[in-house]
Amino acid sequence: MASLRYERRIAAPADVVWGVVTRPETIPEWFPGVVSCTVEGNIRVIQLSSGLEMPEEILVNDALQRRFVYRITAPLYRFHLASIDVIEIGENDSLCVYATTAEPDTLALIVGGGTNSALSEIQRIAESRVSA
Amino acid sequence: MGRKILFITTDQQRYDTLGVNGGELSRTPVLDRLAAQGIRYERCQPTSVVCMPSRASMLTGQFPSTHGAWMNGVALAIDAPSVAENLHDLGYATALIGKAHFEPFMDPFGRFAENSLASLGIPTIEQPWFDGRRGVHRGFDYLEFATHGVMGPLHYAKWMQAQHPEAVAGFYQVVDGDLNVNAAGGGDTGAPQVKFNDVPREWYHTDWVADRTIEWLAQQEDNSDWFCWMSFPDPHHPWDPPASERGRVNWRDVPLPVNYPEEASLREALLDQKARHWRAWYDGRVVSNYEAPKKWVPATLTADQVREVSALNAIEVELIDEAIGRVLKTLESKGWDDDVDVIFTTDHGELQGDFGLLFKGPYHVDGLMRLPLIWRPAPSTKCEPAVVHAPVSLVSLAATFLEVAGQPAPDWVEGAVLPRNDEDARSRSMDATVTEWDSVLFGVAVHVRSIMTRDYLYTEYLPGTMHDGSEGELYDLADDPLQRVNRFEDPSYTSVRSTLSERLAAHANRPGERATPGVLVAPV
Repeated sequence: MASLRYERRIAAPADVVWGVVTRPETIPEWFPGVVSCTVEGNIRVIQLSSGLEMPEEILVNDALQRRFVYRITAPLYRFHLASIDVIEIGENDSLCVYATTAEPDTLALIVGGGTNSALSEIQRIAESRVSA
Repeated sequence: MGRKILFITTDQQRYDTLGVNGGELSRTPVLDRLAAQGIRYERCQPTSVVCMPSRASMLTGQFPSTHGAWMNGVALAIDAPSVAENLHDLGYATALIGKAHFEPFMDPFGRFAENSLASLGIPTIEQPWFDGRRGVHRGFDYLEFATHGVMGPLHYAKWMQAQHPEAVAGFYQVVDGDLNVNAAGGGDTGAPQVKFNDVPREWYHTDWVADRTIEWLAQQEDNSDWFCWMSFPDPHHPWDPPASERGRVNWRDVPLPVNYPEEASLREALLDQKARHWRAWYDGRVVSNYEAPKKWVPATLTADQVREVSALNAIEVELIDEAIGRVLKTLESKGWDDDVDVIFTTDHGELQGDFGLLFKGPYHVDGLMRLPLIWRPAPSTKCEPAVVHAPVSLVSLAATFLEVAGQPAPDWVEGAVLPRNDEDARSRSMDATVTEWDSVLFGVAVHVRSIMTRDYLYTEYLPGTMHDGSEGELYDLADDPLQRVNRFEDPSYTSVRSTLSERLAAHANRPGERATPGVLVAPV
C-alpha cells in the first residue's frame, strides 16, 4: 500500500476552489488526461486520453467540510481511495490537498502523479475565476 | 553544407560488450571498425546510471541536478534546453528514432508528449507545445518511438499490435500485474527477465529502429544537414531476442564474469566491504529503486543464470552491430559517409552478474558506470584516430554535437566538447567526471555522488533512509581495477579521500542556474 499527498496554496476563496472540484462531471476540465466522463448517481466513469476507461465510486461530496472522497473501482486496483480537501486559510487564500492511497504501490504513484498536475489546473481555474 | 551527425545509442550496455573494448562474447565488427577509424574512449561515465536522467543529460548537456529530471519517473521539463533545438535552429533536419524516455512511460492519462505523440500515430503541429520553432517536440522534427516491449502507445508497439499481433505474445512481459518490473524467470535457467521469443528477427525492435532510420535518411536531400538520433532499446532487459538467433552464443560456453565469484561467501565478503544498501539488496531486505524487480532476490541468482543472461545480452549486442552496419551502408550508398560524424554510446551499464547482482541501482562501479563511447568524426575532417584514457562524460555530448555543427556551446551547457586525444584532454584539464544518483521511492531515499579520475573512483552517500552521510567507497583503480577493496576508511588514503571529497563539493557548488527539480509522477 502506498500513500501520496500533494497540496497547493491557491489565491482564491475556499468556496471558489471548492466550486471547481465539487461537481463530479467537471473532472475533464481539471484533471489532465481525462478526456470525458459520465456520472450516474454516485458512479463516475472517466475516459483517459490513452483510451482506458476507469469506473469510480464517489463516497463523500461534503460542501460543509469542503471534502470530496472517491475510489477507483477498476479491477487493476486492489485498493484505491482519494480525497480532495479545500481548507480556508484566509479571505482569498486556500489550501487544496489531494491525497491518494492505493495498492499496488506503482498505481498509487501513477495516479498520484496525475493529481499533482490536477492541482495546477484547479489552481489555474480558481484563480482565473477570482480575477474574472 | 555542413557535417551530418548520426548519434547512435543503446540502452544499458556494458563497456566490455564490444570486441574493441576486449569483449569476447559478442562479435561487433561494425563498431570495432568505427573505433579504429575514430576516437575510442576508455573511461566514459554517465551522469546517472538510470535512463531518464542520463538521457536528459545527453539532450541538455547538463547534470541531473541542473536539468531537474533527477530520477526515473521525473519528466524533463517541457521547456528544458535541448541540443536538438539548437541544431534545428541551425537548419538541421532533426530526428529521434527509437527510445527517447525524457518523459515517463507509465502514463495511462496520456499526459506526456512522447506518449501523446505516439498515440496520435504521426507527429502533428496540433499539439499545444508546438510553437513553430522547436520542432515537433524538444527540437526534433521527426519522432518515432520504441521501447523494450510491445505494449503501450509507442510507435513500435502499435506497429507490432497492428501488423503482427500474432507475434506480440512472444515478447517477455516487462512488468507484472502490479506494474512492477517482472521477476518471472524463463529461458533454460529460469533467469529473471529472460524469455525465448519467437518473433522473426525482422520484426524485432532492433531491426525496426534501423529500418525506420533508413527510411528517414532516404527522405533527406543530398545537400541538407541532419542530426539523427538512432536509439536502440536493447540490450536492456528483458533479454528476449529473436529465438532464431540463439545459436550465436551458447550460454553453456559462457565464462562467468571476473567479478562474479561463484562461491557465495566470497560474493558476500565483497558486498560487505561496500555501503550497507549493497548487501541489503542482495539479501532481499531492501529494493531501493524501481528498476530492479521488486520480487526478485539477487542472492538467488545462479551461475548458470548469469551465463544465460550474458549470452542473450551478447546476442542483442550483435544484432545492434549488424543493424548499425545496415544504416552505415545506406550512408555509403548515398555518398554521404565522408561528411557524417558517427557517435556511438549508451545511457548506462548493467551489473550483469558483478558482485552477484543484475540490473541497476545506486551502485556506482564499472558495471554501471564504464560505458562504450566511440566518436568517428567525418572522414573529410582527416581526424587522427585515437584512444582517450582520460575520464569523459555523456554530459559532453551536446557541446560536441554543436561543435560538429560549427557552433559554440550555449551558456546552459555544462559539459565541454569531447577531447580528441589525451593531450587535448590534458590541455583542457579534463581529468574527472561526476555521476549523481537521487531516488525517493515509497519511503526509501538514496542520494549518491561519485567522482571518477584516472586513478580513483570515490563515492559519497549523502543522508537518506539507508545512509547517515558517513558512508562511502574509495577504489584505487591502479591496484584494484575491479573495485573490490573499499579504501574509504583506510588511513593511508586520507589525503586522497579529502581531495576527492573537495572536488565533489565543488561540483555541488558549481556556478550556473538550476532547474526546479521535477516531481516524481510515475515509477518509470
